[in-house]
Amino acid sequence: MITFSEISGSLLRTKDVWERNFRVFMKTWKVNFLPPFIEPILYLLALGFGVGSFINAIEGVSYARFIAPGLVAISVMNASFFECTYASFVRMYYQKVFDAIIATPVGIDEVILGEILWGTTKGVLYGCAVSLVLIIAGLLEVNLIFLLIPAILISGFLFAAIGMCFTAISPSIDTLNYPAFLFITPMLLFAGTVFPLSVLPHVALGVAMIMPLTHSVEMMRSLSGIAPGGFFLFSVLFVIFFSSISAIYAIKRMHRRLIV
Amino acid sequence: MKKNNTPNEENFIENNVIISVNNLLKKFGDCTAVDNLTFDINKGEVFGLLGPNGAGKTSFLRMVQCISPRTGGDLTVFGLDPDKSHISIKRLLGIVPQENNLDPELSVYENLIQYARFFGIKGRIAEEKAESLLKMIELTDKRNSSIDAISGGMKRRLVLARALVNDPSLLILDEPTTGLDPQARHFIWDHVRKFRDEGNTVLLTTHYLEEAERLCDRLLIIDNGHILAQGKPRDVIENYAGEYVVILDNSEREHEILKANSLPFTPMGSELYHFTRNPQPVMKIFMNEGVTDIISRKATLEDVFLVITGRSLRD
Repeated sequence: MITFSEISGSLLRTKDVWERNFRVFMKTWKVNFLPPFIEPILYLLALGFGVGSFINAIEGVSYARFIAPGLVAISVMNASFFECTYASFVRMYYQKVFDAIIATPVGIDEVILGEILWGTTKGVLYGCAVSLVLIIAGLLEVNLIFLLIPAILISGFLFAAIGMCFTAISPSIDTLNYPAFLFITPMLLFAGTVFPLSVLPHVALGVAMIMPLTHSVEMMRSLSGIAPGGFFLFSVLFVIFFSSISAIYAIKRMHRRLIV
Repeated sequence: MKKNNTPNEENFIENNVIISVNNLLKKFGDCTAVDNLTFDINKGEVFGLLGPNGAGKTSFLRMVQCISPRTGGDLTVFGLDPDKSHISIKRLLGIVPQENNLDPELSVYENLIQYARFFGIKGRIAEEKAESLLKMIELTDKRNSSIDAISGGMKRRLVLARALVNDPSLLILDEPTTGLDPQARHFIWDHVRKFRDEGNTVLLTTHYLEEAERLCDRLLIIDNGHILAQGKPRDVIENYAGEYVVILDNSEREHEILKANSLPFTPMGSELYHFTRNPQPVMKIFMNEGVTDIISRKATLEDVFLVITGRSLRD
């Protein structure tokens, strides 16, 4: 039987792990907040206004506006995924931060969940920063941010949890390059981000539909009303289901890796 | 020292036994790291675990720390089962790991504050604790330094301070002084003794018999997961080696002299070891024979190992 005090104790310890990362992040916050603002501006200039100048309209909106929801989703994905892969791997393997923490009453489950929630937080920070840039550029409406935040949140959790799975099974930091190039890059290009899914041939569409980013993009599109694909509810369920499974798997594999 | 931890160690332990080990077994696949160990560690003693690399010392410590499940046998720490009561046990432990795993992204002071937080100690209490520990390890003026900027000895002191942040009842040190200069070594020793004198218990591993001799009330020598010798340091040395060792060249002449005087010896590569409680007469014999290439020194852990493994080979 798990008691209420055990659960609240566990959550408090999870928060302490999250807070360690937050404390480190805030030490250099000025540097850390720059990339999420710069990155979408580059994408917008190159794709939205560069490539977009050859395109009149796509699904009834300007090209810059078409890619806006995708840019939010990509930014969340990158921030959460890379935080819970390379950055977590460094903390686990090189800095031995996990080892130091599990010598205290904090358990490995709480360390991993805390890390995933920190990855989620970074996704949220980046997602909000990008949304802000898009609002200033006139591509998103101000009030949309409140609708987008819940979608940004669960997308962040999704990619943080997936990232942690790869970290748990990766023998070295170099092997993390495989998911980075073979999993993240294809999604970045083919998940309905920079062109509509309807362009894809049948088989490719099937592949796209099992890509996590596709569902993150669909949530952003539906909530902002920019070229939605019409499977919003399915996407929400997909994200919740896939992220829960990933988080559980990551914790299990980390247990096996570190508690030997 | 006042304990503000609940549950308190006194709630659990019986007969003054802090750690009880009974037929403890730890396997990694086919490899047996800890092979049916049985012994107790009592409250208020400094207990040393000695052995070469790969002897099973760290594997044992990890089981006590609740971060490695045992394969078989019984283990209780403060009367509790590490598999079930890891949170209660870990609250009462202070850990000095083999490798300094200080947080390189936090300052000296922040390392203590953050670590206190993992024990649920925060705010004013954590700050006061961190201040007093910084004072104890004489690093108050380095409080804002980054971990990379302080010396190896300072890091080791900080790891010790970090282990004391929760006022533990049992301090576990895994090779606490390996690679330290004499000052830093003495600093660690002094604080280990001080901690013990406050009524606490210490479990440490080391390669150095000198360290074990100075520090440990009792020790256990293990290799390949087995107990080879145990007891008070002086007794172990005298029982298994001899207080002194006389070292000679491994050549025919020395062999002959040793045999002629029926002195037992152990060949060790290019040298011959003769263990004894009193080296003077042996030295004299060789001096009289004109052998000047002769050294006498106090026996060390390596010597004890040599004798123990030598004996078991003959058995």
